[in-house]
Amino acid sequence: MYRISIFLLLFGIWIVFSGQFDAFHLALGLISTALVTAISSDFFFADRSRGTGARIQEIVRIPWYLSWMLYQILLSNLHILKLALSPGDLPEVQPKLVRIKTGLKTDFAKWFLANSITLTPGTITIDIEGDELLIHSISEVTTTGVEDDAMERKIASVFERGNN
Amino acid sequence: MENFFVFAGIAIFALMLPILYRIIVGPTAIDRIVAVNVIGTKTTVLLVIIGMIFERVGMFVDFALTYALLNFIGSLAAARFFDRVNPAKSFTKSEIKEQEL
Amino acid sequence: MIINTVCIVLVLLGIIFFVGGAVGIVRFPDFYTRMHAAGKGDTMSVFMVLVGLAVYQLSDFTLANLLIAGKILFITIFIMWASPTSTHALIKAGLEEGQKVWTRNDKKETEDEQ
Repeated sequence: MYRISIFLLLFGIWIVFSGQFDAFHLALGLISTALVTAISSDFFFADRSRGTGARIQEIVRIPWYLSWMLYQILLSNLHILKLALSPGDLPEVQPKLVRIKTGLKTDFAKWFLANSITLTPGTITIDIEGDELLIHSISEVTTTGVEDDAMERKIASVFERGNN
Repeated sequence: MENFFVFAGIAIFALMLPILYRIIVGPTAIDRIVAVNVIGTKTTVLLVIIGMIFERVGMFVDFALTYALLNFIGSLAAARFFDRVNPAKSFTKSEIKEQEL
Repeated sequence: MIINTVCIVLVLLGIIFFVGGAVGIVRFPDFYTRMHAAGKGDTMSVFMVLVGLAVYQLSDFTLANLLIAGKILFITIFIMWASPTSTHALIKAGLEEGQKVWTRNDKKETEDEQ
């Protein structure tokens, strides 16, 4: 089941990248995709204990989160633009290291949270140790923004709703 | 439309120059690595625009894709290498804690 | 005609965001804040420029052009996924190498007086 979905995914990527539909190229694509699937299919989907239904629910919920994320990326770029073009000796730049705790369980959700923190305005994740995240924040406003856990609750509602 | 693409290409190239300043002046080595990484991202976009100007996008898009992959792997490799290059100077856990105000 | 306008607007917005990243890299005071400009100034700008180019590519709608637009979108998604990862790797390398966190001087002086 997992192998077939990985095979189809890789074959789709092959078709997009080669852009040729004659028999020779399609046969080459089949051979190389099968080879890659046989060698490295264990790398994807590390946690196979969950059923297909939960997996599909997760996939349906991700796009909502991603569209919210895109809006956050736009805000963070505007923030950087505002900071970079502010006159004088950059009065709003007041960097600080912050440490926050997270309640997320799986590695994938933690990775998602770290990437989301990096992409939201003014904060970068430096390190994850167990359930603590070390964060560098660029100004006072964003320091207070990262300490409430709105984003973590959003991610938990995407990935860990079915687990409890 | 072609004039606009020429303008966009020149604008992105001109934006590489301040980053080049950071590569030449940049106080430490890791500043320079970051600046090279940023120029690599801009080059990816510039390659697609060059393809638009010469109307050979199908070819240049593959170059841009390869360049993006190599840029990503290059920055990861530089970061891994940088972890080990200067062990005497590196921070311990307590020194990192001291910097949190 | 509408497609050309959309493409021009998106590419120009992307170039404006590129300006933010480039100016930030020159002006910000220490390594970590420069990392902010480098890691974030490049995601939305690349997204906007490349989506604009993909839209322009679709103005002449054939299968080959559709595949090329798909490749451009793939580059966009790849860069938006790779940028936070490489930012994280580089900033961690910088922290472990021993970069000092820059703080505002006037704050430190008041702390010393107390």
